[in-house]
Amino acid sequence: MSGGNTNASMNAQSNISSGSLSDRLVRFRHRWIPTHMIGEVLSKNWIDNVVPAVILVLIVAVFGSIVPNFFLPANVSDGARQIGELGFVVLGMMFVVLGGGIDLSVGSNFALGNLLALALTNVFNLPVEIVFVAVVFTCSFVGLINGLLIGVLRLRAFLTTLVMLIGLRALVDTLLLKYALVISAGYYDNAVWDFMGGGDLFGIPSSLILFIVAAIGMHIVISRTRFGWHVMAVGGSRRSAHNAGISLRRTVCSTYVICGAFCGVSAFFYAARLGNGGSYPGVGLEVLALTAVIVGGISLGGGRGSVVKAVIGAMIVQIINLAVVQLGLQSGAGQLVLGLILLAAIGFDVRWVKNRDKILARVYISPTYFELPPSPSTDAGSASPYAANDRLHDVEVIGLNQVDGPEDVVFDSAGNLYCGDRLGNIMRFDGPDHQQARIFAHIGGHPLGMAIDRDDNIVVCVGGMGLYRVRHDASVEKLTDETNRSPFSIIDDSRLRLTDDCDIAPDGRIFFSEATIRFDMATWPSDALECRGSGRIVCYDPAKKTTRTVARDLTFPNGITLSFDGKSILFSESWACRVRRYWFDGPKVGQIDTVIDNLPGYPDNINRASDGTYWMALMGMRSPALDLALRVPGFRKRMAQEVAIDEWLYPNINTGCIVRFNESGVIVESLWDRAGTNHPMITSMREHKGQLYIGGIFNNRIGRLKLAGVDSDWTGPKSYWGGK
Amino acid sequence: MKSIVKNLNQEMVVFLLFVLIFTIFSVLLKGFLNASNLVLLMQGVSVLGILGAGMCIVVIGRGIDLSMVATMALSVAWALQLNGEGMNLPLALAIGIAGALLVGLINGLLIAYAEIPPLFATLATGACVYGFGRFQLIHSDLVYVTPAVGRLVELGQGRLLGIPMPVIVFGVVAAIIAFVLHFTKFGRFTYAVGDNYSTARVTGVPVRHVLVGQYMLTSIIAFIAGLTQAMTISSMNTRISDTLLIYDVILVVVLGGVGLTGGRGSVRNVVVGTLLIGTFLNGMTIMDVQYTMQNAIKSVILLAAIVIDTMINPRDEQTSQHGDI
Repeated sequence: MSGGNTNASMNAQSNISSGSLSDRLVRFRHRWIPTHMIGEVLSKNWIDNVVPAVILVLIVAVFGSIVPNFFLPANVSDGARQIGELGFVVLGMMFVVLGGGIDLSVGSNFALGNLLALALTNVFNLPVEIVFVAVVFTCSFVGLINGLLIGVLRLRAFLTTLVMLIGLRALVDTLLLKYALVISAGYYDNAVWDFMGGGDLFGIPSSLILFIVAAIGMHIVISRTRFGWHVMAVGGSRRSAHNAGISLRRTVCSTYVICGAFCGVSAFFYAARLGNGGSYPGVGLEVLALTAVIVGGISLGGGRGSVVKAVIGAMIVQIINLAVVQLGLQSGAGQLVLGLILLAAIGFDVRWVKNRDKILARVYISPTYFELPPSPSTDAGSASPYAANDRLHDVEVIGLNQVDGPEDVVFDSAGNLYCGDRLGNIMRFDGPDHQQARIFAHIGGHPLGMAIDRDDNIVVCVGGMGLYRVRHDASVEKLTDETNRSPFSIIDDSRLRLTDDCDIAPDGRIFFSEATIRFDMATWPSDALECRGSGRIVCYDPAKKTTRTVARDLTFPNGITLSFDGKSILFSESWACRVRRYWFDGPKVGQIDTVIDNLPGYPDNINRASDGTYWMALMGMRSPALDLALRVPGFRKRMAQEVAIDEWLYPNINTGCIVRFNESGVIVESLWDRAGTNHPMITSMREHKGQLYIGGIFNNRIGRLKLAGVDSDWTGPKSYWGGK
Repeated sequence: MKSIVKNLNQEMVVFLLFVLIFTIFSVLLKGFLNASNLVLLMQGVSVLGILGAGMCIVVIGRGIDLSMVATMALSVAWALQLNGEGMNLPLALAIGIAGALLVGLINGLLIAYAEIPPLFATLATGACVYGFGRFQLIHSDLVYVTPAVGRLVELGQGRLLGIPMPVIVFGVVAAIIAFVLHFTKFGRFTYAVGDNYSTARVTGVPVRHVLVGQYMLTSIIAFIAGLTQAMTISSMNTRISDTLLIYDVILVVVLGGVGLTGGRGSVRNVVVGTLLIGTFLNGMTIMDVQYTMQNAIKSVILLAAIVIDTMINPRDEQTSQHGDI
């Protein structure tokens, strides 16, 4: 029985590795059909706008086909004008909702503004500008009352504005009883006023023009200004905003003032258009505006939303409203339609918000086809240069439990040892004995690869943050955290998310690797499952202070070191199990050569050795199962979707070794610890005065190994920058 | 003295305000403090009180039912119309109640299962109920109570021991709801759900069933309120769903100290809120203040009540719940 199984699996393997048709199809599919973009598109922030936008398109399509004359220019223009009017109120409401409040008094406030505008024009014959200012000022004043009560006195928004709704409406009705006749009897002849009510510019109605301007302005305020961020912060988490020192009272209060001002603008246009002095204007407007805000996908409770959503919401609501009127439906049917659409839209939005992350989690990981040649042997006693041995068994442990996750170790010219740790510190072990660790500087993130520059400063790649420099006096400065954006990448790859290792060219340029642009510090193992070339090498030029991506589409570029001739850098590509060379100078500038192909493990940091060769850490060894899985992307996709993340088939990164290779890529020796007791996991090593210092990203120690027959005066800084 | 002020909650504030206004009116207004006027006072707000008592169930469960007035108007109007067209009374009423229950069920399903925020679910169903009712079921805005209702008219116009029936109905409904909220499993679960939905869920409360139950119960109360109102004024105007009545109902509930955040308050708070509004409206009517002006003054007093409450119990930024509006 077991024999049969073995046969079957062997057959399967030979089928897959042969160049059969199905194999070629898999390769073709994963090479040319970019399914990974679905996940990237879904993870964009603007994707939330898609739901209301789809609803909008559907509504236009449906009503366009069943309502006669729906697209008649006059109808469209009239509708656009009304969208402009409603839009102002929706913008105001959106701003309040973003700040975690609600304003039910917009309808009454609107009615008050409308009445005032009509009174000032028809009865008092004031100039249009003064009327505009007066109306906006009055409505803002009402907003200010709301703001003082809710923001400063911290009343409950719902209740307070509800009372305002009733009170203001009563006030308007009282005023109407007295002045309705005078207003409707008056007449106001003014070209500007008529333009505001019925004019257009290049066919765009006046109210819509001002609305577009206001919307753009609002967008800038919300997304680009400190005030807008404060509002979002207060809405997102009131307590956190309070504890972060944001003035809740002032921020909340101003949202209501702005809301009031927008009501005033809207009322002004409405008055100019209709001159309606009845008691009807503004009734139910709060419901309409709230509906628009929610249908647009702005969450009640605050902190989530945008101007685009508000605009789409306003359009949806206004179009439905107009279409229902144009259809001339029987009494009640219009409300029925509006109610049903509201329900459908909100239902859809709720499900979307709830399930978006689930969908994203299912589709984001998109493994691709990747074929590795059979792994070279690592059997002990074999003739292979990788043959396992116990030369690392006697590693001396220093700094046990004093460091947590030293990915890389580096020495300054005075012989002090530095390493990063998981807490975002740069730790220092004073030379020459390196026994006691102390915190040298704090950066944050997870400091990974390091290098020493000409002035003995530490240049360090911080995972999650970017490229940083720590000076002698322990002051920290950011060198760069963004590079040029690739024109056609969906992910915004200008931000550096996972800078990994760096080295410095003789002219001071810093070359550093970013392992992947698709994952970050917490999820980088998933990149191994994908095996997609999504990493890059970036160059920071301190002279010009520019950052440019120099090589793209690399498979998890990890360690980087400057070659001895100072014209190229060697970099390892972990999941591709190879080492390549990038020429930044000399005749082959810009080209990439392969140095070592087909390593038995996943290469990590590379550093210079004293005799003109290079040390390289293999952080983990390949396994036949994963090598096979790399050729079956469908299997890995199913695994990512159906199996819990802890059960995934990952690269083995528990056992590794150190190898030394020469300029032409020939392996000279390898160092192993088969028992894995003293130094279980290796990501970096650095030679210093005849000793080899070993770091590991999951370790709580640094290893030290005495090397035999090497130059015991050799140090890294001397090799790079000459003796001092 | 300080500790007394510290212990004042919104209910006490509103109650003291009620006592204050009541005293002022008693002293200043002729004809305020006599039995028949006080009975009138209560009668005037009893329908509002019934609606408030029903609303407080969902508000305690951290929801809100904006469709309540539409449900009330349309279900009762439908039942009356069927009855007026010759259907026998019990069947017509049963159909009306079934209609109201259906609305409650839909509300509950939308909120509990589709997880649509109550404010919008009920806003939409309110529009749908009114729209569908006027479109398909009811032929005119105004449905009159015909003699076919027989002795049911007593529900609105009769008296028991000299007290008008609507007041009795309010009392009975309030008592029943208070009993349900305090002494039944469903009632305690309602508080649990309103106080902390997720905690209630992990504790094993069948939260979704409880939510659906709340909205159905509220709809039945709406039907009872509607029936009482129709019998009192001999007609049911479906246009009532377009008025500010629903906001008045919420005010009565929240004014008395039922928290919109859920889990706080009881029917007693609604009674206190109703008393304040009732006294106030009655006094204004005696003083012959215009209706619109009444509303304006009402708002000012309500605002004062909320401000006083907030000043005594200021919002604590560290403990207030997110999304608490």
